[in-house]
Amino acid sequence: MEEKTGLDRIFKPSEEIVAREIEGELILVPLTAGIGDMEDELFSLNETGREVWKKLDGRATLRTIVAELVAEYESGRNEIEEDVSGLVEELVKRRMVVEVV
Amino acid sequence: MSRYVKRVPSANADLWRLKGPSLVRLDIELTERCDNDCVHCYINRPAGDEQARKRELPASRIKSILGEAASLGCLNVRFTGGEPLLRKDFEEIYLFARKLGLKVMIFTNAALITPRLADLLTSIPPLEPLEITVYGMTPEMYESVTRTEGSFAKAMAGIGLLVDKKIPFVVKGAFLPSNSGDVEKLEEWAAGIPWMDEPPSVSVFFVKHARRDAAKNEMIERMRPDPERGVDVLARNPKKYVTHLKSFLTRFAGGADDRIFSCGAGVESCSVDAYGILQPCLLVRHPNAVYDLEKGSLKEAVEIFFPELRKRKASDPRYLKTCAVCPLRGFCEQCPAKSWMEHGTLDTPVDYFCEVTHVQARRLGLLQEGERAWEVADWASRLDKFSEAEALERLMAAKKNKGD
Repeated sequence: MEEKTGLDRIFKPSEEIVAREIEGELILVPLTAGIGDMEDELFSLNETGREVWKKLDGRATLRTIVAELVAEYESGRNEIEEDVSGLVEELVKRRMVVEVV
Repeated sequence: MSRYVKRVPSANADLWRLKGPSLVRLDIELTERCDNDCVHCYINRPAGDEQARKRELPASRIKSILGEAASLGCLNVRFTGGEPLLRKDFEEIYLFARKLGLKVMIFTNAALITPRLADLLTSIPPLEPLEITVYGMTPEMYESVTRTEGSFAKAMAGIGLLVDKKIPFVVKGAFLPSNSGDVEKLEEWAAGIPWMDEPPSVSVFFVKHARRDAAKNEMIERMRPDPERGVDVLARNPKKYVTHLKSFLTRFAGGADDRIFSCGAGVESCSVDAYGILQPCLLVRHPNAVYDLEKGSLKEAVEIFFPELRKRKASDPRYLKTCAVCPLRGFCEQCPAKSWMEHGTLDTPVDYFCEVTHVQARRLGLLQEGERAWEVADWASRLDKFSEAEALERLMAAKKNKGD
């Protein structure tokens, strides 16, 4: 994971999805084909996912995001780092975020 | 299962932890014009009706309505008509809706699906199957309904493009005097469509014209089957029919009262007509039940106007004596839209639909010949005694007797 995304890397939402906040839920609606396993699927993020997603703004590195979350939450740095890396890995795999280079 | 990302299937079930948005689905009639001229259609105007075209909402206004719908949390929009693909700006409107994060359902006859549109639907999928009306499996049968030469070939070419590109769609039919012989063939053909989990729904009991066109209404009345014959069509697969009706009876029987809107119209969904008038559903166009979006907002309509509308009570004396106390109310097609189309009111009972419901109840053994449901005192015990097996046996015997 560390090699794949690296904490100094920066990500932003992909243009292949539309992220919508509705009634406290963060819903990712595929825009292009092949995002979902079925053509009519939507996706929602859990609480951890929502907090990380809001910070994936195309400017902050994952390291900055982890530091901000460590300051905001009581969980340990390792756990938060694992959450951020795990989520980003999954979002990259699903083409929901892209790396800013 | 992922730790962070949850997949939500199309029904949007299990999406909301607390409550869902005030508007979940919006239907938009992009036009009342159509390239077909179907004998039973409740809305269509000629494709070349310039007067109607000029009155239609421009794309810019449709986009602003879509934007407002999305801001209210709407997830699904259905583009219907008339034939929505007649609009030259259809692709622009479609793309705009998809980029707002809306799932789009397109209700079409498929004749205007071009390779270019099929490419667009492939690269930017609508996320809902298209719904396509198919009125017969030969040009003769199909065009006896559409009254448009060449329409069968065009529809089949459009459907062919969808099949080639693997764009999901489902089909619907209609049982009319001229095409009744093709219903089985339609079902056989539809069984080969990979996205059809069930046989196509087939309209049988047609509603009258949404703009209350007297000449069209005469024709629609002629297309309506006699209730007994219509129920034969509904019950053509007796087992499925009984199971379906039983679930309906379990859920809806017995709950009548004097509210006009006992259906779901205006609850989490509503419809915009081609000219910007918001309706609680696609069919209710009574001037006292609609909302002019030029004079207000979608938000106000959804959060204030429709909830108030739904509190209205019926005043028609016949409705109060019959529908308002009928145990079959939830299972009957009587609704404010049907009253509007048939009588120009919101609560006048529609005898045709009442008779259809009574025929069905008799077939199930819930009513005897001559009984009216609202006069039955021991309804609860009749429901308790209802036997799915006996009803099925009765239907199978009737089918055999008729040689269907």
